[in-house]
Amino acid sequence: MALLKVDDATAGYGEMQVLNSVSLTVESDEIVSIVGPNGAGKSTVMKLIFGLLKPWEGTVQFDGNDISGMAPDKIVKLGLCYVPQVDNVFPSLSVEENLEMGAFILDGPLGERKERVFELFPRLAERRRQRAGKMSGGERQMVAMGRALMLDPKLLMLDEPSAGLAPMLVDMIFEKVAEVNAAGVAVLMVEQNAKRSLELADRGYVLATGRNQVEGPGSELLNDPEVARLYLGG
Amino acid sequence: MDNVLLARSVLLAVPLYLLALTLLGRLNPWLRHVLGLVIGFAVAAGLNLVLPAGDLSYFTTFVLMGCVYAVLALGLNVQWGYTGLFNIGIAAFFAVGAFTSALVTTNMPQGAMAAFTQQWVGLGAPFVVGVIAAGLASGLLALLIGGPTLRLRGDYLAIATIGIGELARLFFQNERWLANGPQPLRGIPQPLSCLVNDGCSTLPAFVNQFFSALSPRDYPFIYVAIVALILFLVYQALERAIRSPWGRVLRAVREDEDAAAMNGKNVPGFRMQAFVVGAVIMGIGGSLYAHYVVAIDYSHFDPLYGTFLIWVMLMLGGSGNNRGAILGALVVWAIWTGTSFLVDAMRPALAAISPELPQRGPYVRFLLISILMLVIVLYRPKGLFPEEKVVSLARDER
Amino acid sequence: MAVVEQSLAGARGRNLRRRAGKLFGNRWTLVVILALVAVAVVIGADAKNISGVRMLTLVVRGVMLGGILSLGAVGVTLIYGVLKMSNFAHGDYMTVGAYLGFALVGVLPHGPRIAGLSFGYEFIVALLLVMPLMGLIAYGLDRFTFRRLRVRRSPPIMMAMAALGLAFGVRSIVYMVFGADFAFFYTGATRPSIELFSGVRIRTDQLFILVLAIVLIVLVYLLLERTKIGKAMRATADNLDLARISGIDTERVVFWTWLIGGALAGAGGMLYGLDVQLRPEMGWWLLLPLFASVILGSIGNVYGALVGAFTIGIVWQVSGAFMNPAYGPGAAFLVMILVLLIRPEGLLGRRG
Repeated sequence: MALLKVDDATAGYGEMQVLNSVSLTVESDEIVSIVGPNGAGKSTVMKLIFGLLKPWEGTVQFDGNDISGMAPDKIVKLGLCYVPQVDNVFPSLSVEENLEMGAFILDGPLGERKERVFELFPRLAERRRQRAGKMSGGERQMVAMGRALMLDPKLLMLDEPSAGLAPMLVDMIFEKVAEVNAAGVAVLMVEQNAKRSLELADRGYVLATGRNQVEGPGSELLNDPEVARLYLGG
Repeated sequence: MDNVLLARSVLLAVPLYLLALTLLGRLNPWLRHVLGLVIGFAVAAGLNLVLPAGDLSYFTTFVLMGCVYAVLALGLNVQWGYTGLFNIGIAAFFAVGAFTSALVTTNMPQGAMAAFTQQWVGLGAPFVVGVIAAGLASGLLALLIGGPTLRLRGDYLAIATIGIGELARLFFQNERWLANGPQPLRGIPQPLSCLVNDGCSTLPAFVNQFFSALSPRDYPFIYVAIVALILFLVYQALERAIRSPWGRVLRAVREDEDAAAMNGKNVPGFRMQAFVVGAVIMGIGGSLYAHYVVAIDYSHFDPLYGTFLIWVMLMLGGSGNNRGAILGALVVWAIWTGTSFLVDAMRPALAAISPELPQRGPYVRFLLISILMLVIVLYRPKGLFPEEKVVSLARDER
Repeated sequence: MAVVEQSLAGARGRNLRRRAGKLFGNRWTLVVILALVAVAVVIGADAKNISGVRMLTLVVRGVMLGGILSLGAVGVTLIYGVLKMSNFAHGDYMTVGAYLGFALVGVLPHGPRIAGLSFGYEFIVALLLVMPLMGLIAYGLDRFTFRRLRVRRSPPIMMAMAALGLAFGVRSIVYMVFGADFAFFYTGATRPSIELFSGVRIRTDQLFILVLAIVLIVLVYLLLERTKIGKAMRATADNLDLARISGIDTERVVFWTWLIGGALAGAGGMLYGLDVQLRPEMGWWLLLPLFASVILGSIGNVYGALVGAFTIGIVWQVSGAFMNPAYGPGAAFLVMILVLLIRPEGLLGRRG
């Protein structure tokens, strides 16, 4: 059974419908990427899955539980963690404190978990006491991901992890995503940078105007000229 | 019907006629006025015949104070209801209006009195001058403090106005030379009180003759007519103003400041205008208050009586709606005076809880009013009358 | 040529205006202006022949008053930071705390006076009881009122209206229970004083108050910096949505915010009542200096609240040398207006 299953979900903000019968699955070892033009509803899918939005129709299931519209702090306890696109760190807290907040629901000492995150992001280890608000974009993205990884989630959701980053940092981020996945964490990401994310992903979904358009293995979508032309701006 | 009842009916008919005029707005003018006069007089006469004198007097003073507070609520409605300015310092404008009118209309104390009473000026001017001066003084205060404070965002403006309310209180409490603070300033003249005394030299003989049956105790009947008239004039002026291009800009500013600014509207200018207009009206209300209670001191304008009560009135009636403001004022004033009866009735129960409690009745009543405010905020923030969807009059229609 | 000159002149004018604008929002401008005010005060004191000893005494008293104000100001700023709400009832929370303490001190058996101070152990016991009690009351009132408005995403103005309703409501209860007259914790007690240095005297009670205020503030600091819930409070103040996403129990954060805010308010009220007197209006009169402190120090910033509170305390006391001391809060008000005109985000805040 799939780790995450979004089934025919329809949702929107207020009266404005954004998603129309969207479906997707993520297996427990894959990297899945959602791509598509602007305004396709990619971020909305993320918010729907993570309980920031209630589905008008359809369901969201995670690890056998129906989490449709469940409160975010309960979803986190099930092993699903989310990194939003903007405002994804606590600016007045230090790097270390940001990580600690990621593991708020746990009671014990966090030394080991923090060390694991610092192993993954050595740059952060050097700056553990620095205020997250004063860090560069790339470093902040690392803090954001690190915070989400503190709970050893089964599935990590990333909303446009490479947004606003220089190409070298984009490489680094995607490398880290691969590392994280190799360590056993499933990844679902939404990306503007379709090419890079599809290269990385096991499978991809193309979303446009709030609907599923195409899905398939990452490499297939990547090499399909029709997909590129229709949805990915050539 | 004897002369006293007749005279009282005529006077009481004034506010009722004005009320009828307002409610019958849609009929053609002739019909409106005739019908208003007839209904007004009929109801007034009816009340005079049916109610015992004591109850009737009480009713009159109730309507009177309700109308005074209605004027204050209208002033707040211009600031908050129409422009979104969060003024928690109403007491300052209320007080400035009251004291200005008092200083302008009283005479400087002479002889023995001068030892006890100090005041800055005593011009002995007539009531109307006092009312106008009150409005002007209040407006001036608004002009002075509006500059630095109006550009602040919501809760900062609120804090600034709390400060102004506090400073006004301190000022009237401590500055003896100004208005005898902290002692009361007494002897504020009551307009047309001559009618219930020896007759007014400025009025024709038949008028004096008509009202000669009244005694000084009947003065509230005269004053309620005056207050109701002023309330009516203020209401009419505001209703016209809100439908004018000026009113349209005010509403635009409140809805979306940035859009209004981008349309070239001088947003800060409009906010200042609304602030000043509202303050002028509050000053007028202060004047009306002063000439009724005849003696004022700083404690009349404390945050409870001078600010909070008026907010409850506007919130209950419905901000953004002038009728709502007036209704809210009357309803909350009714609740306020009604709680007095309630607390009296509860005396034995209160005394059982604690022997000092019955004499602290006013505070029990304030608790009830505070609870009312919370109930409104939690359950019916829009108040009884939702904001009017106003259609501005086109240029040629006005 | 003329055209170029004109456009250069225009550019220069714009440059000047831009520089003036930059001057305006600058935190150092504010510091300089406050420093200038201080200098003016010193010169003015000299001109009016006010002795140095008296000025120093006022400054020291101002520091003590600042200690009391800081207890209230930290609460106000914490509540604003976490809940994004200006708690206009905070002054009256201080009043309630003071009167609860008054009731307890009236009920507890009085012990002998503690070394050099004007009260016995019963005051301390009352203080230790009032603090958690006020915290719980503050939390209870929040659940009853503000929380319902938060759930509905009510505009801040409604929250402020509710706060006003609570302020007047609790004040009327104080009036009902204790009457309108002023009261003292200890009637007829002598108030021992000591000399600090070169003729500056303060009461021993005031020293105790200052020390206690500092101790409490340090405890709050430790809680915010070292404990999990403290960090969660700071995180929630930074970004509520992210806090929820991270799994932070925001209900617990809200609870602790009110607990701390209420406890500090209660302590501040009791200490103020000890130093001056108890009156049902005491808290409302403190509201203006409290918010002046918070705004000066940047709303939402706990350390700023401290800086602001001590500054306002000193301004309040020192102004009493030049005018009727009753207008002390007026001086605080003027400082607040100054801050709002020059740099509304305060000394420690960030622009935008």
